[in-house]
Amino acid sequence: MATIYVDGKTYEVNPNNNLLHECLQKGIDIPYFCWHPAMGSVGSCRQCAVKQYKDENDTTGQIVMSCMVPAADGTRISVDDEEAVEFRRSVIEWLMTNHPHDCPICDEGGECHLQDMTVMAGHNYRRFRFKKKTYINQYLGPLINHEMNRCIQCYRCVRFYKDYAHGDDLDVFGAHNHIYFGRHEDGVLENEFSGNLVEVCPTGVFTDKTLKEHYTRKWDMTTAPSICTHCGVGCNTIGAERYGSVRRILNRYNGQVNGYFLCDRGRYGYDYVNSEDRIRTPMMRQENGELESASKELVLNTLKEALKSKKNIIGIGSPRASVESNYALKKFVGSDRYYTGLSDTESKLVDKIIGILKNAPVRSPSLKDIRESDAVFILGEDVTNTAPMMALALRQSIRQEPLKLVDMLKIPRWHEYAVQDTLQQRKGPFFIASVTGTKLDDIATRTYRAESDDIARLGFAVAHILNKDAPAVKKLNKEVKQLAEVIAGALKKAERPVIVSGTSLGNEVIVHAAANVAAALSKEDRRTNLSYIVPEANTMGVGLLGGGSIGDAIRGVKDKKADTLIIFENDLYRRANKSNVDSFLKHFKHIIVVDYMQHTTTQRATAVLPAGTFGETDGTFVNYEGRAQRYFQVYYPEQEIKESWRWLRDATLQAGHNDFKEWQNLDAVVGAINREVAAFRKINEAAPNSRFRIAGLKMSRASARYSGRTSIRSHENVHEQKPPDDPDSPFTFTMEGYSGIKPPGLTNLFWAPRWNSVQALTRFQEEIDGPLRGGDPGVRLIEPAQRFSFSYFTDVPAAFEKRNDEFYTVPLHHIFGSDELSIKAPWIGELAPKPYVLLNKEDAGVKEYNEGDEVEVQLSSGTWKLPVKISDSIPAGVIGIPAGLPGLETAILPGWSTISK
Amino acid sequence: MDKPLTKNIDPKRGPLNLKGYEKAGGYTAMKKALKEMEPGDVTKVVKDSDLRGRGGAGFPAGVKWGFVPMGDDAPHPKYLVCNADEMEPGTYKDRLLMEQDPHLLVESMIVSAYAIQADIGYIFLRAEYVESEKALRKAIAEAYDKKYLGENILGSKWSFNLFVHTSAGRYICGEETALLNALEGKRAIPRAKPPFPPVVGLFGKPTIVNNVETLCNVPDIVNNGAVWFKDLSKTDDAGTKLYGVSGKVKKPGLWELPMGTTMREIIEEHAGGMQDGLKFRGVIPGGASTDFLVEEHYDLPMDFTAVQKAGSRLGTGTMIMLDDKTCPIGMVHSLEKFFARESCGFCTPCRDGLPWVEKILWALEEGQGREDDIATLEMHSRFLGPGRTFCAFAPGAVEPLQSAIKYFRDDFQRHIKEQRCPWR
Repeated sequence: MATIYVDGKTYEVNPNNNLLHECLQKGIDIPYFCWHPAMGSVGSCRQCAVKQYKDENDTTGQIVMSCMVPAADGTRISVDDEEAVEFRRSVIEWLMTNHPHDCPICDEGGECHLQDMTVMAGHNYRRFRFKKKTYINQYLGPLINHEMNRCIQCYRCVRFYKDYAHGDDLDVFGAHNHIYFGRHEDGVLENEFSGNLVEVCPTGVFTDKTLKEHYTRKWDMTTAPSICTHCGVGCNTIGAERYGSVRRILNRYNGQVNGYFLCDRGRYGYDYVNSEDRIRTPMMRQENGELESASKELVLNTLKEALKSKKNIIGIGSPRASVESNYALKKFVGSDRYYTGLSDTESKLVDKIIGILKNAPVRSPSLKDIRESDAVFILGEDVTNTAPMMALALRQSIRQEPLKLVDMLKIPRWHEYAVQDTLQQRKGPFFIASVTGTKLDDIATRTYRAESDDIARLGFAVAHILNKDAPAVKKLNKEVKQLAEVIAGALKKAERPVIVSGTSLGNEVIVHAAANVAAALSKEDRRTNLSYIVPEANTMGVGLLGGGSIGDAIRGVKDKKADTLIIFENDLYRRANKSNVDSFLKHFKHIIVVDYMQHTTTQRATAVLPAGTFGETDGTFVNYEGRAQRYFQVYYPEQEIKESWRWLRDATLQAGHNDFKEWQNLDAVVGAINREVAAFRKINEAAPNSRFRIAGLKMSRASARYSGRTSIRSHENVHEQKPPDDPDSPFTFTMEGYSGIKPPGLTNLFWAPRWNSVQALTRFQEEIDGPLRGGDPGVRLIEPAQRFSFSYFTDVPAAFEKRNDEFYTVPLHHIFGSDELSIKAPWIGELAPKPYVLLNKEDAGVKEYNEGDEVEVQLSSGTWKLPVKISDSIPAGVIGIPAGLPGLETAILPGWSTISK
Repeated sequence: MDKPLTKNIDPKRGPLNLKGYEKAGGYTAMKKALKEMEPGDVTKVVKDSDLRGRGGAGFPAGVKWGFVPMGDDAPHPKYLVCNADEMEPGTYKDRLLMEQDPHLLVESMIVSAYAIQADIGYIFLRAEYVESEKALRKAIAEAYDKKYLGENILGSKWSFNLFVHTSAGRYICGEETALLNALEGKRAIPRAKPPFPPVVGLFGKPTIVNNVETLCNVPDIVNNGAVWFKDLSKTDDAGTKLYGVSGKVKKPGLWELPMGTTMREIIEEHAGGMQDGLKFRGVIPGGASTDFLVEEHYDLPMDFTAVQKAGSRLGTGTMIMLDDKTCPIGMVHSLEKFFARESCGFCTPCRDGLPWVEKILWALEEGQGREDDIATLEMHSRFLGPGRTFCAFAPGAVEPLQSAIKYFRDDFQRHIKEQRCPWR
């Protein structure tokens, strides 16, 4: 710790930070633009000027930029010094000379850092009397709006896009006061993290184009803390609503998880909530065979018979349904009649993964741990497409090893350009073994392309080099052996290596190989980080809850003699062969589907009940790391939309079962899980319960400045209506209640006095760039065992051999397109690829196929006509088809296929 | 008088080739250094000579070299970069050296690179200097042929390769760290200091950046010693200096004179005095980015120390004259237009302040001046000063402005009062 003096007051600070960081930390307002806690200081905007004095006798002092000066012991500064104040006012005045002053028509208005800083710095009278310069705006794709005239040239956009996210199609052009931030030409921004520009930009240059479709000011939106539903990473988000539709997603800082950023799938995938494919009312199969809307009472009454005997019921849960809903279903139908809703392959892999993370000498890392890793070995995953934010975290890891040089030269790590000048092209060790090219290849030390079994063989070989107890790999060719040596050497040298693998190739031996590598690297005092990517928001949750797969359900149905099937939030056709699902469903007289989206399975239902998305319900998801995180209902739906567990409670009560009679709210369900499921012993720590109050008050969902509270429904009834009550959470649905800084898991809005933009975040952090005040939310359910029981996996596969007539067919994942939900957002659909089959050049040659030729791919789950794409990198004998794309959802992968023209 | 810089120059004859240069005593310093001296000895003699940087800042060259990590553990490759991006308005001294005696620069770079044990040298050349480029490329080729450049020079263990890099043309590239960024293929914006280039420079490696004129002094310092070099000067700042005069004098030009020659001598004896009918009103002593000096400074010895004491900077030592028939506001406007255009755009005060300054000066000239314009200009002089902006560009840019307001305030006020430029 160090002592600094600010305007005569003494502060204890961390000397490893700069003065701006430490002053903001202490609640001292200093305006700034270019500094960003994740991207450091560059000293470009000159807004954070303060006066620095040499010692207590120095009364003259000199102007310095607080972001560029270390908070060294004994530093004396004044923020209030007259000259410093005047200089800061002048900086705003300069920035404003060309700003269009179009706040009333600017989407950023009301949550604009430039507005805040202008007020803070005290500039209010325009002296510049000359013409403003103007720019031509660009089309940047369906996600981001560009309005260059508002730019104040803080360089944050390019620093995020190029330096942090490694994008290469956004840059700064020109010089002097004609600099331009944009693309070299109009076009869709290519980087998967482009949406962060919206939050990184301090004003309205880059704004959320999808918000524009249904624009509402920040203060007019109802918001709640949420968890992203579009992959297994579990990024923390803020969902925002007005008039019954979700308007946008903002990042919700979690120091352990997503930090300051989100991927574009997560930020822009929300529109499925507003989709026309939503199920908003209960539906019954009529005598004419049509599924038609019916009243809740009627449907529940009709279901009485179907639900009469529990022994007649089979329940299928879902990795996109909450822990609570899955648990309720499992509890009602019984363990032997509950299935997790995972496919056969997923189910097997997830069980393995949980076993490994619990028992092997490894540790499942948070994204923060991954950002801080100093060596990386990825087995089989195209991380940018299967867990995008993990890819962004991995991108930060390449700096860690070279940063030693920066430390040696005593350059502070926050001194961003000095760090970059020193590091230049240096990168830490980063190895990728994958079936085909991945979007992290640009930072890789070495890449290895092979079929999934061969990827596993490389992994096994690395593990064997690291520890001879791990099994050796037979018949390994020389190049692979050498590569294994290089990888093993780099991992061994590292202090914080991370091994990344996952389920996306559906290959068990890759999961084993990754475990062997991580275990072989572990020492007495160090568990190696091993990160397994899982596909969906609650894949780990259902895995921890336990249960058979959909395949088990299908295979076991004959013995169960059930005539009622309850499906929670699951389209079985995406996870098992169509013919098998078809014949499975034929066994049941009653098929009750509780879901929020229409799909092939709902079309087969006899009754459909409208479940809620993250927008309308609360619940808990468990992410890849094993971190249980709570999401809260964003708004109160007009329609009869409820949590799946609540529908089950209502329906079973009606049918005369008293199992869930006591379940009046979410706390009761969480309490039951907490008591009854060992793996979820800590689930109640994921977030405060519904009884939580501050000063006796509930937390407000709407901001204090929310407008229309009493008039929003006046077209229905001029009398003020009582706001709906929320039994499940400590939130109100209105602006009534506590609107100050809420506990970390309940943060629904970054706002603080004088800080109307997302930059208010510094006021919510315990330490800037560290945990939120009160600790980062969520609770890890899987910690490494004190004593581990692990023996190396020995199932080293034989080398892949291509077949003459068949191709091994792997899924290729796409950030835009492979996810069942986000694809419903039209702008995500616009960015998704068209279906294709990826074929090795050599194979294409033999088959005499050309790029674009339409071929028929025949899998056991079906046959598809697809245009050929030819690739250098996919191994011969292997083909890839995009996972989950519309039209390809029912292709069950991996598997062997034949191709014909 | 000894002239270490221009002794071989005869514009009528043109530059000497390698043979001629050697005949005139060239490459002896290289031979002496490589055969008889340790690298540290070369640095020491340059340090002892008090050779100060001729690019404008006047930092002692030997001291700068002393920051470079030496020895077996030192990072390699190390770089020596010659700053030949001579874009300062009114400055044309390096051009003379490169066009007329390219081998002097080549030899200087070999000797200096030897001192810091650099492996690679770049001459970062202003794009418009086509003649210099031709001359340098020819000289470098000759030096390679003679194995004065390349591997194991003169049979030693030391190798040095030298390249000419022609700039894409921005004034800011003359700022040494912006130059390094440009040389790396990045945007020409200055770097944060520390770390300083001698430790973290080009491509992150130790790098010395020196001006052409600075380097060209090195061979004769090595040949003749530090004391000789100091004795060349009339004052405490060592050596000779290339002084130039442009503007309405009888004989504008460039001369190598003892450091500390007075302004009077330079203007009257060498430049032939003001043209007939014109009176001396002021001078920008060292390129566009220095404060005006006026009549009271006429007998000032033109060296780093004395000029600084008088409130300006020696800068590049090339004066631009202001006479009594030229509008000082117009002159400053012309300079600020240049600076506003050449700002790299990285930091706010410079990027957005200078265009404002330029527009106000334009308004004054066009008869649209306002009462508070002088105050706004003064605000800019203060707030574009050292420490306020990211690099020294803007502080330099406002030096002529602040001193013009100081010395020619009446003229500013007349522009506003009369709503016109009185010189038009």
